Amino acid sequence: MTTMAHWPLLSLTTFLPLAGVAAILVLRGDEQAVARNARWIALWTSLIVFAVSLAVWANFDPTRSDFQLVEQADWLPDFNIGYHMGVDGISLFFVLLSTFLTPICVIASWTAIQRRVKEYMIAFLALETMMVGIFCALDFILFYVFFEGVLVPMFLIIGVWGGPRRVYSAFKFFLYTLLGSVLSLLAILAIYFITGTADIPEALAFNFPTSLQPWLWLAFFASFAVKVPMWPFHTWLPDAHVEAPTAGSVILAGVLLKLGGYGFIRFSLPMFPAASAFFTPFVFTLSVVAIIYTSLVALAQQDMKKLIAYSSVAHMGFVTIGIFTVTPEGLQGAMIQMLSHGVVSAALFLCVGVVYDRLHTREIARYGGLAENMPKYACAFMVFMLASVGLPGTSGFVGEFLAMIGAFQVNTWVAFLGMIGVILGAAYMLWLYRRIIFEKITHADVRAMVDLSPREILIFAPMIALVLWMGIYPASFLKPMQPSIANLIERVQVSQRAAATTLAQR
Amino acid sequence: MTAAPNFLIVLPEMFLGVAAMLLLLVGIYAGARATRFVTWLCVLALVATLAILLQPVWSSGAAPRQVGLFGMFVGDSLGVFTQTLVILGSILSLLIAMRFNEREGIARIEFPVLVLIATAGMMMMIAANDLIALYLGLELQSLALYVLAAFARDDVRSTEAGLKYFVLGAVASGMLLFGASMVYGFAGTTSFDGLAKLFTNGGGNSVGLITGIVFISVGLAFKVSAVPFHMWTPDVYEGAPTPVTAFFSVAPKIAALTLFLRVMLQPFGGLMADWQQIIWVISLLSMAWGSFAAIAQQNIKRLMAYSSIGHVGYALIGLAAGSAAGVRGVLVYLAIYLFMNAGTFAVILCMRRDGKMVEGIDDLAGLSRTHPALALALAIFMFSLAGIPPLAGFFAKLYVFMAAIDAGLPILAVLGVLSSVVGAYYYLRIVKVMYFDEARGAFDRPFGGEVTAVILVCAIIITFFIVWPGPMLNGADAVAATLFPG
Repeated sequence: MTTMAHWPLLSLTTFLPLAGVAAILVLRGDEQAVARNARWIALWTSLIVFAVSLAVWANFDPTRSDFQLVEQADWLPDFNIGYHMGVDGISLFFVLLSTFLTPICVIASWTAIQRRVKEYMIAFLALETMMVGIFCALDFILFYVFFEGVLVPMFLIIGVWGGPRRVYSAFKFFLYTLLGSVLSLLAILAIYFITGTADIPEALAFNFPTSLQPWLWLAFFASFAVKVPMWPFHTWLPDAHVEAPTAGSVILAGVLLKLGGYGFIRFSLPMFPAASAFFTPFVFTLSVVAIIYTSLVALAQQDMKKLIAYSSVAHMGFVTIGIFTVTPEGLQGAMIQMLSHGVVSAALFLCVGVVYDRLHTREIARYGGLAENMPKYACAFMVFMLASVGLPGTSGFVGEFLAMIGAFQVNTWVAFLGMIGVILGAAYMLWLYRRIIFEKITHADVRAMVDLSPREILIFAPMIALVLWMGIYPASFLKPMQPSIANLIERVQVSQRAAATTLAQR
Repeated sequence: MTAAPNFLIVLPEMFLGVAAMLLLLVGIYAGARATRFVTWLCVLALVATLAILLQPVWSSGAAPRQVGLFGMFVGDSLGVFTQTLVILGSILSLLIAMRFNEREGIARIEFPVLVLIATAGMMMMIAANDLIALYLGLELQSLALYVLAAFARDDVRSTEAGLKYFVLGAVASGMLLFGASMVYGFAGTTSFDGLAKLFTNGGGNSVGLITGIVFISVGLAFKVSAVPFHMWTPDVYEGAPTPVTAFFSVAPKIAALTLFLRVMLQPFGGLMADWQQIIWVISLLSMAWGSFAAIAQQNIKRLMAYSSIGHVGYALIGLAAGSAAGVRGVLVYLAIYLFMNAGTFAVILCMRRDGKMVEGIDDLAGLSRTHPALALALAIFMFSLAGIPPLAGFFAKLYVFMAAIDAGLPILAVLGVLSSVVGAYYYLRIVKVMYFDEARGAFDRPFGGEVTAVILVCAIIITFFIVWPGPMLNGADAVAATLFPG
């Protein structure tokens, strides 16, 4: 351990973006200069935050299963509500994912956003604070503040810089997710009164009465199922994705969709093991339906972004299956699948953004034959497309494979139906790729499109590297999370066994 | 009679009343030219009242409960807390009213003096320890408010608002008085202490008494504009001059809700099982109706009227809980609501184009382009009113829902959060108009130093409440603890 371990690294990662917000807020001068300065400030802030988050990783002890780099301060001591931050193997990589994607978003919006640049960059930096805060918070009230606070900047990003139906989509996104989260707030308050504290580690170790567990589980489910999103609560996602600006889609797909899975792993499983076991068939059913149904829907899409949005719903189906198998393979698979999807789907949205910036349409039929004049683009797109399909050697394979191993141990039918989804996934992604990249160029304006600029290569290069890293040597990511996951599984099994014995004694 | 009556207990109220009369004299002799001077003197008088009110708390660190003036009035920490809020609300209203009245040509010295008198009435309501004192305070407040509603006497809408408010308000006062007389008839006393003693000993649980309590509740529900006694609110809010609406939406509401708390929990605390269900229903109806009816509004003052109806519903959750946590929730709610609403109305006062006030929600279109700072402030207030963290409005809702869960009212809590999602829609609509729509042309400048200052202070309090919530929460907690000893 270096001396940096004594620094409040997590608070720095969380609140440093707000320093960038403050710096951008005081910018004055003519619009061009302000826009330029706002971009640079946002870029530097997010890069520094990423560097700080790498220091978090460096100081993280991968052999421990408890919360590390813990910071505690009084906030509302009379109410047992405190400022409590910390990461374990489950949350660590989500923090890194958030800080990794934010600078990429800033670069991706460099020329695409010309209107209200100052406000745009403020919104993204505020969003980063909220995202990192969600994964670091170890106090329920603090967690909820970040969890719901994320809605405000995202609402503005979709509504101000979005497409033609942006107002409808922004409202749908906001109200849909708000509806879910307020119910989880009530569950949080109930937990607060049962345990007498808002401290998350204490609540995780608390044995909740079996009679209450289903209600609390359902309240959390309302919130997380909307975020994941699970079928049939997914309808806000295609709308939000299609209308959001490219970088908005990147954050939405990359990080915000992970909040649901993170919530299930962090809260639902360890706090309500009995209810989780009870509802597992329900979750499996919804997940399998999501995988197959949304894959079929994706096959029918005319709009690139919509297709990728539906594919996200399908991919998150593997995540929920993996989580509720409560096996080491399943949970690790779910984690890797979330991280992989966070990079891959973000990259796919960026790929769509590249051609959208040139032709200003997302209609698949308007493209075709891009391989001829955009070979670099075709190459980058291929890597992400294959990762999304789950080709061995890419991150997508590791996630889906592990999740399916987990499912196979618990329920072969779920595994079987899930695998059908993998085949369908290959079908719609390869078909999308063929229609855009191959075939003959039929439109003159498509022929005039230029290949990736150095700025765009700068965006894709680290993402390709990450996808291959996770695919070829996933151990770097699996190792730090294994102790925490093992700890979680033990906790679930012990309390399920305890519940079984109390039932037997009756 | 053994000792001299303890006048000190109503010293702030007496000071304010005397100050109001003196300032009226000053105003009459100085003439209309001195309006601004008199207004500043009124602000000063309110600040002095605040100092008199808080002085014993500062010197001794606590406000022990004491009854005085032949048992008519009570001084306790609940009174100090809410009277502080009422005075702050009055000060903020006076500050934002000054320039508006001058521009609209209704700057007369009666305005600040009437605000002062109404404030004195509200403070009496809060300090009342007897049904008669309660009625006196309530009427002193109401009569001043009727006149204020009609203050733009050349404006048809304003006069209509005043008349409507007067007629309906008189009916409500009558109901309250009728209820009080029934209670007196069946209980034999009007003193809160006497009533409390009667009910805690399990006596007096007769149909006549319950009827009396229902009538008193109806009168109070009217004063806080809870559904189904809210009908006057949208019309009065829309018709009254905007600074008066701002005043209506904060100070009297805080006073009436405090009165509601005190009457229900102290004299009638023993009958909680009987009145709790009434409050439950009123609270739910207010939240739901406040949310749904606001959706269709085009006038921002009407929208704020429905918004205030909804917020009364949330605050009443705390009363329905009937516990220390509930009282704490109500007090936190009122304190935060004061700043959210005062800030919002200060922004509404800036909505003036070509020398005329505009009140349509559409008139805010593109505000983020024309006046970015103003739009940001209004967006902060709107997200806060919707209860979105990290703004203060979230904590207001958090504490009442906490009380509801604690008191075993999960259904009310669930329906409450659902209606808050519906409510979020119309607050978001204002943000949408300001940020997503095309600009419509700038508002007249300058807004005026007082208005800008009020907006700034309120926005800062709402935004940074999260950083240091301790003082307000612990204060409210301490107050609630005194109401529920043991």
